[in-house]
Amino acid sequence: MFDLFARVFGREDASKDVAKERLRLVLVHDRASLSPQALEELKNDLMNVISKYLEIDQDGFQVDFSRHEETMALVANIPVRSVKRRTL
Amino acid sequence: MGVAIVITSGKGGVGKTTTTANIGAGLAQAGSKVALIDADIGLRNLDVVMGLENRIVYDLVDVVEGFAKLKHALIKDKRFENLHLLPAAQTRDKTAVSPEQMKHLVESMKEEFDYVLIDSPAGIEQGFRNAVAGADKALVVATPEVSSVRDADRIIGLLEANEKHKPSLIINRIRPSMVKRGDMMDIDDMIEILAIELIGVVPEDEAIVVSTNRGEPAVMNANSRAGEAYRQITRRLKGEDVPFAKIEEESGLFSRIRRMIGGFKG
Repeated sequence: MFDLFARVFGREDASKDVAKERLRLVLVHDRASLSPQALEELKNDLMNVISKYLEIDQDGFQVDFSRHEETMALVANIPVRSVKRRTL
Repeated sequence: MGVAIVITSGKGGVGKTTTTANIGAGLAQAGSKVALIDADIGLRNLDVVMGLENRIVYDLVDVVEGFAKLKHALIKDKRFENLHLLPAAQTRDKTAVSPEQMKHLVESMKEEFDYVLIDSPAGIEQGFRNAVAGADKALVVATPEVSSVRDADRIIGLLEANEKHKPSLIINRIRPSMVKRGDMMDIDDMIEILAIELIGVVPEDEAIVVSTNRGEPAVMNANSRAGEAYRQITRRLKGEDVPFAKIEEESGLFSRIRRMIGGFKG
C-alpha cells in the first residue's frame, strides 16, 4: 500500500519492469549475433541466389543486423547493376 | 536404463551445486538409484555441500584415465544408501577429460543408476561441454536478475543448438516480498523472456545456508520452504503433475514488523 501510494505520486517505475525492458533489448541482440563466419556464409548464399536473377554489384553488397526499438531486422543492401534478360 | 540430467546455468553462484545436491537427495529419498557427478574439475564443491568431503579417495579424472574403477571412486552417501557421488578432481583442470570420455562414462553409469545428475561448471567453455556431453536432459538454473537471465538465455541457445532435449527452467532464490512490490521479476516474467518449460521455483531460504553449513541437503528438512520446492521438482522429474503453488510471502508478526521497518527506511 505504501509502495502503491508512492508510485501513484510519481516515484519511478517498478524496477522489475526496467529489468525486463533492458533484458528484452539485450537478448534480441545476443540471440541474433551470428558468428562473423556464419554471417559471411549467409551473405555468400544470398549473393548466389540473387545473382541467378539479377546482376549485382558484389563489392557494394552489404548484410547486417539492425535494431529498431524492440524488433530486429536483417538488412541487406544490394546494388543492382542490371536485370538479366530472360532466356527462353 | 537410467536418464542423465545436467544441471547448468551459465552464470556462477546461482545455485547449480545446491540444486544438484537437493534434487539428488530428493530422488534418492523417493527410492530411485541416483549418482551425482561433479563435473566442475578444479573447483569441486558438490562433496562439501553433500557433507562427503572426508570420504574421497578417487575422482572423476582417475576413472576416466583408467586409474581407478568407477565402483571404487563412487562415494556412498551417509543418509541414503541408493545415493552416490563421483567427485571432481581438485588438482586438475577442465582439459583433463574430453566430451567423448564424459559421454562414455555417463552412458556406462546409466546402466546402473535410474538417475545420473551432472553438476556443470559455470561458463560456456570446455567444462560446460564436458558436462552436457552425456546428458539426455538439461535443467537450467536462473535467479531473477538480469545477469543470470541473460546467461541462462545463452545457455538455452547452446543447448538447443546442440540438439539436447528441451531444457527446463528452475527459478532459484526468488523473494516473494520483492516480487510483490515490483522490485523482482516474477515467474511469468522469467518464462516470458526465456520461453522454456518451467520445472521448479525455489524461494530464497536461510535454511539453505544452514543446511550447506552442515552438509545436509535442505530437501531432507520438512520445514524448509526451499526443501519443499526441491521435493516438488523431484516429483515432476518422476513424471508427476505437481501444480505450481503461488509463492506466498512469509507471514507472521515478525516479518510484518520487519517490513514496517524496511518501509520506514525506504
